[in-house]
Amino acid sequence: MSETIVGVDVGGTFTDLILLEPGSGGVRIAKVPSTTDNQAFGVLSALDSAGATLDRVASINHGTTTTTNALLERKISRCGLITTQGFRDVLELGRRTRPNAYGLLGTFVPLIPRELRVEVPERMDADGNVVIPLDEAAVRSAVQLLVDAGCESLVIHFLHSYRNSSHERRAAEIAAEFWPNRYITAGHAILSEYREYERGTTAAVNAAVQPVLHRYMDRLQSELKDRGFAHDLLVMQGNGGSVSSRIVAETAVNTVMSGPASGVMAAAATARAAGVDQVITYDMGGTSSDVGLVQGGVPQVTAEMDLEYAMPIHVPMVDVHTIGAGGGSIAFVNDAGMLQVGPESAGAMPGPICYGRGGTKPTITDANLVLGRLNPDRLLAVDNPVTVRHVREAIEREVGAPLGLDGDAAAAAILQIGNNRMAGAIRMVSLARGHDPRDFSLFAFGGAGPMHAAALARELSIPRLLIPARPGITNAIGCVTADLRHDYVNTVNAPLAELDIAEAQAILSAQIDEGRRTIDREGVAVEQIDFLHFADMQFQGQTHMLTVALSGPDVTLEELQRGFDEAYWNRFEVELPEIRAVLVNLHTAAIGRRPEIELSRLAGDEQTESVDAAKTGARRVWFEGGWQDTPVYDRGRLPRAGRFAGPAIVEQLDCTTVIEPGNGVNVDPLGNLVIEVEE
Amino acid sequence: MSAIDPVTLAVIQSGLQQVCNEMDLAFVRSAFSPVISEALDRSDGIYHRDTGELIAQGDLGLPVFVGTMQFGTQAVIERARDLRPGDIYIVNDPYLGGTHLMDVRFNKPFFYKGELFAWLSNTGHWPDTGGMVPGGFSANATEVEQEGLRLPPVKLYKEGVMDQEILSIILSNIRVADQRIGDIKAQAAALNVGERRLTALLDKYGVGLVEDCIKELKTRAAQQMRAKIATIEDGIYRGEAYVDSDGVVDEPLKIVMTVTKQDGDLTFDMAGSSPPCQGPMNSVLATTKSSIYLAMKHIFPEVPINAGTFEPLHINDPDGTFLYAKYPRPVSGCAAEVSQRIAEAVFDALVPALPDRLFAAPAGTSGNFALGGFDPKQGRAYVMYVISGGGYGGSMQGDGLTNGCSTIGISKSQPIEVMEQRFPVLFDEYSLHEGSGGAGKSRGGFGINYRVTLRRGTARASMVMDHGRTGPRGALGGADGGVNKVVVSRDGEDYRPPHLSKDQDIQLVEGESVRVSTPGGGGFGNPMQRDPELVALDVARGYYTVEQADDLFGVVLTGEPRQVDAAATAARREGASSAAAE
Repeated sequence: MSETIVGVDVGGTFTDLILLEPGSGGVRIAKVPSTTDNQAFGVLSALDSAGATLDRVASINHGTTTTTNALLERKISRCGLITTQGFRDVLELGRRTRPNAYGLLGTFVPLIPRELRVEVPERMDADGNVVIPLDEAAVRSAVQLLVDAGCESLVIHFLHSYRNSSHERRAAEIAAEFWPNRYITAGHAILSEYREYERGTTAAVNAAVQPVLHRYMDRLQSELKDRGFAHDLLVMQGNGGSVSSRIVAETAVNTVMSGPASGVMAAAATARAAGVDQVITYDMGGTSSDVGLVQGGVPQVTAEMDLEYAMPIHVPMVDVHTIGAGGGSIAFVNDAGMLQVGPESAGAMPGPICYGRGGTKPTITDANLVLGRLNPDRLLAVDNPVTVRHVREAIEREVGAPLGLDGDAAAAAILQIGNNRMAGAIRMVSLARGHDPRDFSLFAFGGAGPMHAAALARELSIPRLLIPARPGITNAIGCVTADLRHDYVNTVNAPLAELDIAEAQAILSAQIDEGRRTIDREGVAVEQIDFLHFADMQFQGQTHMLTVALSGPDVTLEELQRGFDEAYWNRFEVELPEIRAVLVNLHTAAIGRRPEIELSRLAGDEQTESVDAAKTGARRVWFEGGWQDTPVYDRGRLPRAGRFAGPAIVEQLDCTTVIEPGNGVNVDPLGNLVIEVEE
Repeated sequence: MSAIDPVTLAVIQSGLQQVCNEMDLAFVRSAFSPVISEALDRSDGIYHRDTGELIAQGDLGLPVFVGTMQFGTQAVIERARDLRPGDIYIVNDPYLGGTHLMDVRFNKPFFYKGELFAWLSNTGHWPDTGGMVPGGFSANATEVEQEGLRLPPVKLYKEGVMDQEILSIILSNIRVADQRIGDIKAQAAALNVGERRLTALLDKYGVGLVEDCIKELKTRAAQQMRAKIATIEDGIYRGEAYVDSDGVVDEPLKIVMTVTKQDGDLTFDMAGSSPPCQGPMNSVLATTKSSIYLAMKHIFPEVPINAGTFEPLHINDPDGTFLYAKYPRPVSGCAAEVSQRIAEAVFDALVPALPDRLFAAPAGTSGNFALGGFDPKQGRAYVMYVISGGGYGGSMQGDGLTNGCSTIGISKSQPIEVMEQRFPVLFDEYSLHEGSGGAGKSRGGFGINYRVTLRRGTARASMVMDHGRTGPRGALGGADGGVNKVVVSRDGEDYRPPHLSKDQDIQLVEGESVRVSTPGGGGFGNPMQRDPELVALDVARGYYTVEQADDLFGVVLTGEPRQVDAAATAARREGASSAAAE
């Protein structure tokens, strides 16, 4: 049987593909425009572009933004809700917030409109005791009402179902008798955690995107089958693992935010292979950038993500923070005469001035062009090339004139302030949470990340950069390195002093069983199944939680107490022996290990003998000390173990790496650039 | 002075901001009190070493503290003696630049290389500071001593070591004292984070440059605020707002806000407002001023906050009114309620001047509800707080938000499932307050209804809410939002508090309940101009009845499913406008 494996990731602009042939050691890469309406076209064209012979492909692992986009653009299915009497407005009332701290404007539109939310008599209390029995006749008429109203998917969401799910399960059974399809989501089945708004919204998200994802997977699968593909199609999830396309739609919510997650997974895998286990990942895009944290080689996972204002999705996901700065961030001078960069972005349309799509507002990308960092001949997304002079003049007019700077100095100011803002935002979501920057490496990827990484690392006092061999297709690499993964979370919410430890152990065992059953059901070849266990804990009276990794399902009270004390000290440097610790949730990740791939192959086989031989020329580039004549290298030709010093520019098809004066570069055995940054 | 290059200036501006944001983050993540960790009722900032003027304040802080902390820091500077590195003052005296007693301030002199450089200060809302009712929101206190423990500025930490004697005085005077040590440590730890980060900033750029930038940033902020004010035409603008009552005397308290735009600045005068009141609805001066600053920040959110921001805003001391309370007037309602009414009066005054930026009045009450009792099953006493939101006002941009948080807050509500786990109650309802959005071309957002039933034991209910007498005002022809309602079901009868929105110590036994409906936002613009299809959708969603569509919006709906009867609607609206013209 063939062993060729394919990873394909659909991004906002490009669909990236990587194909690995284990036997021959061949690597093929494709980058084609994404097709937003039906992402399958882009996927197929990427397969064609890479010359993939589908009947010889053993597996395709697919990262798709289908569900994320459907939610952000509200192109979701018509969805109905059956809920506890008195509580149909929970999904509309939210947690009593507003979009911005200042300014009382802005709106919120619930995923399920009020006329499609129906109440039925039933009630559990917080201990899981029945207060009001389920009115089955009322469920039947509610289901009928929603069928008649043309709903395609259904959510059943009852109070305290995380404690006792019997009413939700019974209502789902009744609904299944005459709901026209299988799109029925019971809240507890997606997320068995307390907090009715978050659980209900997570369930509503699942139902809202289930039909959309199902239709997309069906289309893609049949297209692939027509072309001879007969093996496993896997889909990336937000938890950084994958799931078989056979069952992906059941928990469609898990595919939301999977793109950023695969990037962080690839970063973690690459860094681990390079012997680095404390990493901040930085993926800089056009309108925003994603920041992740890898500790001990493992990406941080959170269950408290908000996709947008008031849209919490509380399934475990790789903890990726999006910051509102990217290449398209617009620079302007405000009423105070202060230069600002972002948060407004030129987006893809009209985009930066240098894209020639009619943009007139200077952006970070434009500043990079003027400062010699970007090669004007190699702009990927350009429609009508614009001269560097034209861009410089625009920067001088919009930013330089009000500040009394010429075009070059204004571009330099944009770059410095842009970097400063990005560094601050990165700190808030990573280092400010109790970490020492000197323990970390900055792993930069995406088209623009490696262009800014050296400056960001300097600002953040991070001593080392890691730039992977193929920064522009990192998410696709995340797809081929991904294991199968399923997460299970159950709320316990008991002080340790009152915790029945046998019950906690039983929950973890049940989670293991469920994980094993699910992976069996997928029918995808795995080498072994590993289980990771975590406890979400807090002090009594607190609302925020800390996650503690557990050694196994036979957890003890001592282990919980000790793990929590340590985690708390590491995070806050505060000891609180006076206050009781509470076990809030137990969480198991079931991981079906897939065969490891050899990352060293990503660097390709065009290496030259010496660093000098990889040099393609030189150009004037601006650094903080001024303009410098700077050598330019071809990334693919840099030899392993090659060493050189900044300033330097390293170019490859879809990415430019900027190496600052004083930086030392070493090409490691995997083909990564390891850059020591001088503060 | 203009010798500072624009990059350095911007970098140091964001550096100072970052110090504050990291203090905010550290405080909120390690705090115990849900009022701080979930409701974010806290703020952190950097203040001038001599004047106490605001240098920078965290982006994540509670809006009401926008201005108060500089007044509080000033009061500490005046009284501080023998400052040493590692000292931290604690103070909650409302009359010394504060709000209410529950807002406890920590002030830390920050030394760089042995010299005092600035003050780092923060405020956190403690769930209790003693007094006659748990939580501190007494509806009918008549002097501050009834409201809780009042701390003058004293050093809680001396050279980095906590004074156990002061701590024991505090802990002996407050409820649920065992968890407060966690908050105290969190509050101090946040200032220590600020100390480390500010030291790093000074190490990198040097004292001289940072001080020059601070001066320049103040000038720039004033310049930016003036540029915004320039969009207001010269003239005198008047606004009004009413507090239902002071909780003791059942009469409304009036706020008169006269805003004068002249010579590029704004002057705020509150002459004509009601005199000081007996009950706890007085406001201290710091809170009154801060409420005006807060209102301006809501109107111009893009202006950064430092002392320069406030320079073009002149506030005449409202002597002789309830907006300038002096010892021993009770003040527990000032931060949560009166502050919002002051902001509302500013909005009301300026909405005609800035119709494209402003909005009709938001619900504007924090809806404090406390239920204290003894749970026989768990064998312990408890206090449950519910802080609720309401609708925001409509605006030129569209309808108001439903169930927004208070004007002065940025908090999240507690999930019902969490409250039912902790307390012996069952919520029967948590729903949208239908019909409460004020009618307008853009309607107000809706308030909520909740009904909570006691399952075990006995309990006492207290509440400090507002807008029970009059709804949040509509703007530019819009109608007022729906009013706040409280109904207590006990002894088989419905009881409504005489002061409508304020009451104390209502006795409840098992099975009895309280239902609260919160206000909707004011409508914006003439409701007869609202798109009839939007009104039809509002009716389909049950936001309004068919009758209300007709009465409030002049929209006639017929058939099933209901459709707009265009001809009848046009005639109905024609009649309404000619009636209005007469």
